[in-house]
Amino acid sequence: MGNFEQKVNKFIEIFLEQGGYVKVIEGLRNTLTIAVAGLIIGILIGTVIATVRVLPKYKVLPRVMNGICSFYVALFRGTPMVVQLLVFYYVLLPIIGWRITGVQVAMLVFGLNSGAYISEIMRSGIQSVDSGQMEAGRAVGLSFGVSMVKIVIPQAVKNILPTLGNEFISLIKETSVVSFVGAADLYVAFNYIGSNSYEFMVPYLVMALIYIVLVLLISLLVKLMERSLKKSDRRN
Amino acid sequence: MIDVINLRKSFGDTEVLKGIDITINKGDIVAVIGPSGSGKSTFLRCLNCMEDPSGGNIIFNGVDIADMSVNINVHRRHMGMVFQHFNLFNNKTVLQNIMMAPVYLRCQDLKKAKRKNSRTRFGNLFRGGNAKELLPVTQTNEQIKSEVREQAMELLRRISLEDKADVYPSTLSGGQKQRIAIVRSLAMDPDVILFDEPTSALDPEMVGEVLELMKQLAGDGMTMVVVTHEMGFAREVANRVVFMDEGQIKEEGDPEEFFGNPREPRLREFLSKIL
Repeated sequence: MGNFEQKVNKFIEIFLEQGGYVKVIEGLRNTLTIAVAGLIIGILIGTVIATVRVLPKYKVLPRVMNGICSFYVALFRGTPMVVQLLVFYYVLLPIIGWRITGVQVAMLVFGLNSGAYISEIMRSGIQSVDSGQMEAGRAVGLSFGVSMVKIVIPQAVKNILPTLGNEFISLIKETSVVSFVGAADLYVAFNYIGSNSYEFMVPYLVMALIYIVLVLLISLLVKLMERSLKKSDRRN
Repeated sequence: MIDVINLRKSFGDTEVLKGIDITINKGDIVAVIGPSGSGKSTFLRCLNCMEDPSGGNIIFNGVDIADMSVNINVHRRHMGMVFQHFNLFNNKTVLQNIMMAPVYLRCQDLKKAKRKNSRTRFGNLFRGGNAKELLPVTQTNEQIKSEVREQAMELLRRISLEDKADVYPSTLSGGQKQRIAIVRSLAMDPDVILFDEPTSALDPEMVGEVLELMKQLAGDGMTMVVVTHEMGFAREVANRVVFMDEGQIKEEGDPEEFFGNPREPRLREFLSKIL
């Protein structure tokens, strides 16, 4: 294994002495920023879409909005993330003349994309809450929106938290494609280290390790959140 | 107080209510009985537009709430409802369950009044001598909150559950849940409370405590409409009993006559089966 030791030493040399760690930290920051921003935008969009989809539909406006939302979900679930990134960065943004960086485009696209997925998750969450909860809210004079926000959605979120955690994990992993639009994520950082030493084995191994650690941390976080949200159904 | 005129309701092609006419006066305790599928729950749910009526009018305090263009939320504040399955908010503690709607709605009203006042104040700059009067704003959000909390605790003391104020509904028995659901609607200080089979989902042991609370409310002069299978309650507490069958009111009268001397053959059959 003398060969392997050599490779590790080379990696450590570049990582520490030639500024490789700066790249890695920057990549990690970008990866997390894109995933977190994507999740937050996604939850907002997803909640709105899910609410529209469970609205009673005997008026025209809810039906039109429902149609728009279905189209949105079909569009973003029907195309790969890479394609969406490329279309936004090289087609849509030049057309409307917006100048934003690759990271910002990635945050936007990840948000829009996960919004489509989260809307379905959220809808099943909302439908898992007993309809009596909404009725009780309406019966004391609260509007549909207020009952939704204060009573139904908190209970829905509790039910779907594990699935939302899954969505966050897959967002983290999918960030590895953002280099297509010039955003420097973890992959770009380790690729840089690798190409500087003509040696890819160790950098990519470390990269895989970092992703695994990230995902495990998130799973732990979700578990903790679940436990604290469970207090309303534990008998004490 | 509530005038129901030719109320109709269909689900798809099935007509569930085929023209109901009834007047509920202040202080009335109306028991609605009837076989299952007779439309009595639907009737009750139409009264506060939980189901939108397909036809007819419901005049509540002078406003036709069956008209889809009225803001039903405003009128529902004056119309409490108690459900068969309690429907306490699972994500709120008992105290929050009771306080939530009054606090939210009163704070909202306060906000609206303040907003209106600032508009009026701006307008008054141009009105010269004949300035418009401002709406009275006497409370802050905190004052509303502490006042409602005080009332909620008072209500909880009344049903001797003040020690349960900070627990979640999942830890309570059915009877306790239903009594809390009743005081939750009382906290809105409603003009009328609608009860949708309030004791049907309870253990026989717990029925008593809920009926006891309802009797107390009746004694305080609360207007109540109760869909029930508790004939004892209907006979003892109600001052009017309504028999519904096939989406219509078949017989109506004071309990003495209703149970002592039923005219309708369908009612006689119904009573003979359950008494």
